[in-house]
Amino acid sequence: MGAVGESFAKLPIEAKPPLRRFHQARWDEPIIFELSSPGRRGIGVPEAGVPAVELPAGIRRETPPALPQMSQLHVLRHYMRLSQETIGVDLGIAVGQGTCTMKYSPKINDRFVADAKIAELHPAQPEDSVQGVLAIYWHLEQMLKEISGLNRVCLQPGSGSAAIYANIAMIRAYHASRGEGEQRDQVITTMFSHPSNAACAKVAGYEVITLMPDADGYPDIEALRAAVGPRTAALMITNPEDTGIYNPRIAEFVELVHGAGGLACYDQANANGILGITRAADAGFDLCHFNLHKTFSTPHACGGPAAGACGVAEKLVPFMPGPTIEFDGERYFLDTDRPQSVGKIRPYLGVTPNVVRAYAWIMALGAEGLRQVAETAVLNNNYLMHKVLQIPGASAPWNKDRLEQVRYSWQALYEDTGVHSEEIGVRASDFGVHYWTSHHPYLVPEPFTLEPTESYSKEDLDEYAAILAHVADEARSEPEFVKGAPYNQTVHKIDPTCLDDPEQWATTWRAYVRKHLS
Amino acid sequence: MRVGLVVNPVAGLGGAAGLKGSDGADVQREALARGAIARAGERATAAVRALLATRPDATVVTVPGAMGEHAVRAAGAVPELVACTPGEPSSSADTRACVRALAAVDLLLFAGGDGTARDVLDAAPGMPVLGIPAGVKVYSGCFAVGPAAAGHAAAEFAGDTTEAEVVDLDEQGYREGRVGPRLYGTLTVPAVRVRLSGRKTGSSGAAPESIEAIAREVVARMRPGVRYILGPGTTTRAVGRALGAESTLLGVDVVADGVPIGVDLSERALLDLVEGHETDAVVSVIGGQGFVFGRGNQQISPSVLARVHGLTVLATRTKLAALGGRPLLADTGDPATDARLSGFVRVVTGYRESVPYRIVPASEECCG
Repeated sequence: MGAVGESFAKLPIEAKPPLRRFHQARWDEPIIFELSSPGRRGIGVPEAGVPAVELPAGIRRETPPALPQMSQLHVLRHYMRLSQETIGVDLGIAVGQGTCTMKYSPKINDRFVADAKIAELHPAQPEDSVQGVLAIYWHLEQMLKEISGLNRVCLQPGSGSAAIYANIAMIRAYHASRGEGEQRDQVITTMFSHPSNAACAKVAGYEVITLMPDADGYPDIEALRAAVGPRTAALMITNPEDTGIYNPRIAEFVELVHGAGGLACYDQANANGILGITRAADAGFDLCHFNLHKTFSTPHACGGPAAGACGVAEKLVPFMPGPTIEFDGERYFLDTDRPQSVGKIRPYLGVTPNVVRAYAWIMALGAEGLRQVAETAVLNNNYLMHKVLQIPGASAPWNKDRLEQVRYSWQALYEDTGVHSEEIGVRASDFGVHYWTSHHPYLVPEPFTLEPTESYSKEDLDEYAAILAHVADEARSEPEFVKGAPYNQTVHKIDPTCLDDPEQWATTWRAYVRKHLS
Repeated sequence: MRVGLVVNPVAGLGGAAGLKGSDGADVQREALARGAIARAGERATAAVRALLATRPDATVVTVPGAMGEHAVRAAGAVPELVACTPGEPSSSADTRACVRALAAVDLLLFAGGDGTARDVLDAAPGMPVLGIPAGVKVYSGCFAVGPAAAGHAAAEFAGDTTEAEVVDLDEQGYREGRVGPRLYGTLTVPAVRVRLSGRKTGSSGAAPESIEAIAREVVARMRPGVRYILGPGTTTRAVGRALGAESTLLGVDVVADGVPIGVDLSERALLDLVEGHETDAVVSVIGGQGFVFGRGNQQISPSVLARVHGLTVLATRTKLAALGGRPLLADTGDPATDARLSGFVRVVTGYRESVPYRIVPASEECCG
């Protein structure tokens, strides 16, 4: 080796610390509308060589659309920068978004949906020209029928909550068809079921009755007995609940509701702990729904199109959203002649790219693979729980077995240090991970909810637990330092109160201009 | 920012000595004789330290000696002192005098328990206050969950306030094994913003927990011709306000057809008003122990309840969650009435929202 190499070899190189040194990109990137400059454009369209045609006045805009004017490079750079300012499954150990089931979405499935055979379909094409995609819808329905045990599955909803709303719409139509629509004006749910159940029921006009957990952490069956009656339209329940605790008396819950003439609806948005092990129909449920983006690996949406699937028992089939996709043995077709249907939940068939991804994911795994997903997710969760509970100040209330996730508590750590769970989660983001706490109100004090899914390795879970242990240790030695976090993130602390103030919140640029700039 | 501080130096003494409270000079002497050490000063120091860590520019204003100055100096800070000469040992009157002497602050921190909170309430402070929990009994809503939390809340205080209930136990009864808080009034406290960084989705404009929504539901359920007994508390008072009437915070009122027909009623007056009329009782949960009858609403006696047809209990879901799974309690003084009230009651938690929740006789639930 020459002289240069030797001198490099002698440079003092600091040993790596035990935890990964992470720093998120920080670009101070403006909103794309703020980057607009008049006259800039991405493509210069050549003269067509034919005379320009004047558009008829009736279809001409009076003012041009208020879209940003930018070059291709600047559009690309803008979105690349934003992508560097996010954290998620593709870069980090995303086990902290408990109840969301953040699993790996195989990249090969993105190739399928980017293929022209899918990407260039028009939703209004005639049936005969889209037999392939209709076949995918039909086959996915058959697979989800098998997974739920129910008689039909609708793939139209564009999100989990849209699927819950479709279910409550079917419940309402079912009772109305029997002349009990007015009488059955109450929906029962539980404190640890997803709040979309209560929200959708309320939007549909129902009074909502919520069951609290009993001393063992299960929804209180005595409270259910007190709540059911001739006014009960349905029980809408998650199991396992957000605590990760599986309710072993779930069939009894269903029987109680059936006994009062109500329907039982299973929120299986996240079926990751029970896939291939138990089915909605086996516990007597009349309806269920899956989020394709939780259980079946399609991307989460956050306001854009995800996909939900509604499963129903025979007596609810007439009320399914339409049209349904049918197969006569030779040809796939849409059945629009459904007089009792609740109608459309969204335009056209559904969110086709996610239907294709879910179909591909299930086909790649097969029945045994699906069961292995659940078993691995439960194993991963219990391994992580074992690690987390060794951290002083962390606990898992109720001391019950957990399936695929756990709602933990930092209450003991908070009492010792004054550091809130949210602050621990924000500090963890300095290491490239984070976690979510809980829906409100916090029944578990100082909560955090971890759900490792089947995607993560033992090394990933060890690293995540080590980060939490490190931050908990910091909370004891330097609480103010933890409260000052984040230090390595794209933004520092934000004031979240604008989310509760209609005068301030702005989910579009137009609203932002109206409320803040004019 | 100017933050006032009052320490009740004898708060918490009785707890360590097993005396279940520290109200009164005799009990305090007995506690000291049993070797109890006052911790209120230390807890105030922890709060001041947390306050100044976040807001080093804050001025802590207090009184000379053990009722404030010592705790601030122990935190390594120099207090601004106002004139006030408490007795030795200090008394309830001293606490009230100190609160009045500290009128010119943005926020007043006080270290003590429910008894101290009552003294602060009696002094009618003109500014928001926040309790540093240092007493044996801390059931009132005006306390932070710990000393450091009190300091942080003070540092983050930006002017938004809300009302918190002051409740206290009858200590003599507590020592005899009878437990239960009484509502004494409300204090203005900092509105602690719901910590939102953990949310997955934006919520709607309506606050998730709203006593106005509960009141709207109660009013919507009211039927013509029925008399409604409204028990004490901020939630039941909101029902009166939703009807456009001013009902009492601490008293028991009766409304019918949207109009108050009796205010701050005794048991006798209640019996006169409900006799021969279909009557429902609307009560809220008093204090952190879940009492719905027998604490602060003794006017709604077994005789009155014998004439009541329907019962509505009001509570936010947060208040139910804070019970940690423990049941609601009835202690009317009549075992048969308590037994009749037992079972599941539909607790109104919002507009068209309820939670079935268990009431049991207080005698069946462990006290203390």
